[in-house]
Amino acid sequence: MAGKIITISSGKGGVGKTTATANIGLGLAMLGVRVICIDADIGLRNLDVMLGLENRIVYDIVNYVEGRCRFRQALVRDKRFPELFMLPAAQTRAKDAVTIEQMINVANEAAQMVDYVLIDSPAGIEHGFRCASAPAEMVLVVTNPEIASVRDADRVIGLLEAEGGSPTRLIINRIKPELVQRKEMLAPEDVVDMLSVDLIGLIPEDPEILAAGNRGQPVVLNNGSSAGQAFLDIARRLQGEDIPFAPLKSQSFFRRLFGSR
Amino acid sequence: MNLFNLFKRRKNSGKDIAAQRLRLVLAHDRANISPGMLALLKDEIIAVISKHLEIDPTKVEVNFTEDDRETRLVADIPLTTSRKRQS
Repeated sequence: MAGKIITISSGKGGVGKTTATANIGLGLAMLGVRVICIDADIGLRNLDVMLGLENRIVYDIVNYVEGRCRFRQALVRDKRFPELFMLPAAQTRAKDAVTIEQMINVANEAAQMVDYVLIDSPAGIEHGFRCASAPAEMVLVVTNPEIASVRDADRVIGLLEAEGGSPTRLIINRIKPELVQRKEMLAPEDVVDMLSVDLIGLIPEDPEILAAGNRGQPVVLNNGSSAGQAFLDIARRLQGEDIPFAPLKSQSFFRRLFGSR
Repeated sequence: MNLFNLFKRRKNSGKDIAAQRLRLVLAHDRANISPGMLALLKDEIIAVISKHLEIDPTKVEVNFTEDDRETRLVADIPLTTSRKRQS
């Protein structure tokens, strides 16, 4: 059976798409399932450095679609968790170097090999986004609890709905519980309510994320990190586990949202 | 309402302001109509209704409401004369 194809998207840049892709991908591998993470951000690749695999790249996705290498040659296998593979983006090519049809073919080929294919979408709502979301069976939309990124997430969700496509799940990243407590930051329930989508992850702001990026060791590898734990929870939820959302504020909200399932 | 609540209400929290602005922005984005266009639409609605009914233009409200990603335009137009029921 072919693996599940999931795209990570956001509209706005800088909200944590690549961090989410790296951590969920690695999280799934830690759970023992096979994963290929595809960097669909042609020309601005970063998944490689987030995963700490930048020095092992030989070929990239454009080389593969142009027939310069075989699919497996383009993959970089993670040495920490050999269940994890990365298909890097090309760094020096135009954003439209891969067509929608080619991306669908690449994702389907990847899905033949593993249990999950995670596609890290570029920011924006143009060709790169359409390419990345075209093969998806599910789209994880990443947002932060602030107006601009929620607005852009709404656009992305609207576009995906208009195409009658795959179901969407929301990841709210960079939550600062103390600011939420003091009512200085939008609460997760506000964001979920306004976007009317199902939640799959609440990621607290965590300085460990910066440290993890510096070292190329995603925070999910760090047992002591709250963000790492939250990313691992997302991986578990994708695997069908019923993981309650850690109460950042009022527990009644989460019970209301998810108690019926 | 006790004194405590009074104090709490006085200051609009950053969260409330953000939520309020965000709701409005999302409503306009989803309906694909700018706030200025909505104002024009409201004026036109008032002009059309005024041809047939007596209304107070200052009391007309035209707004979006949101319900599970479904947006609707709601016009609240109170009539100035309450008509006598014909028996």
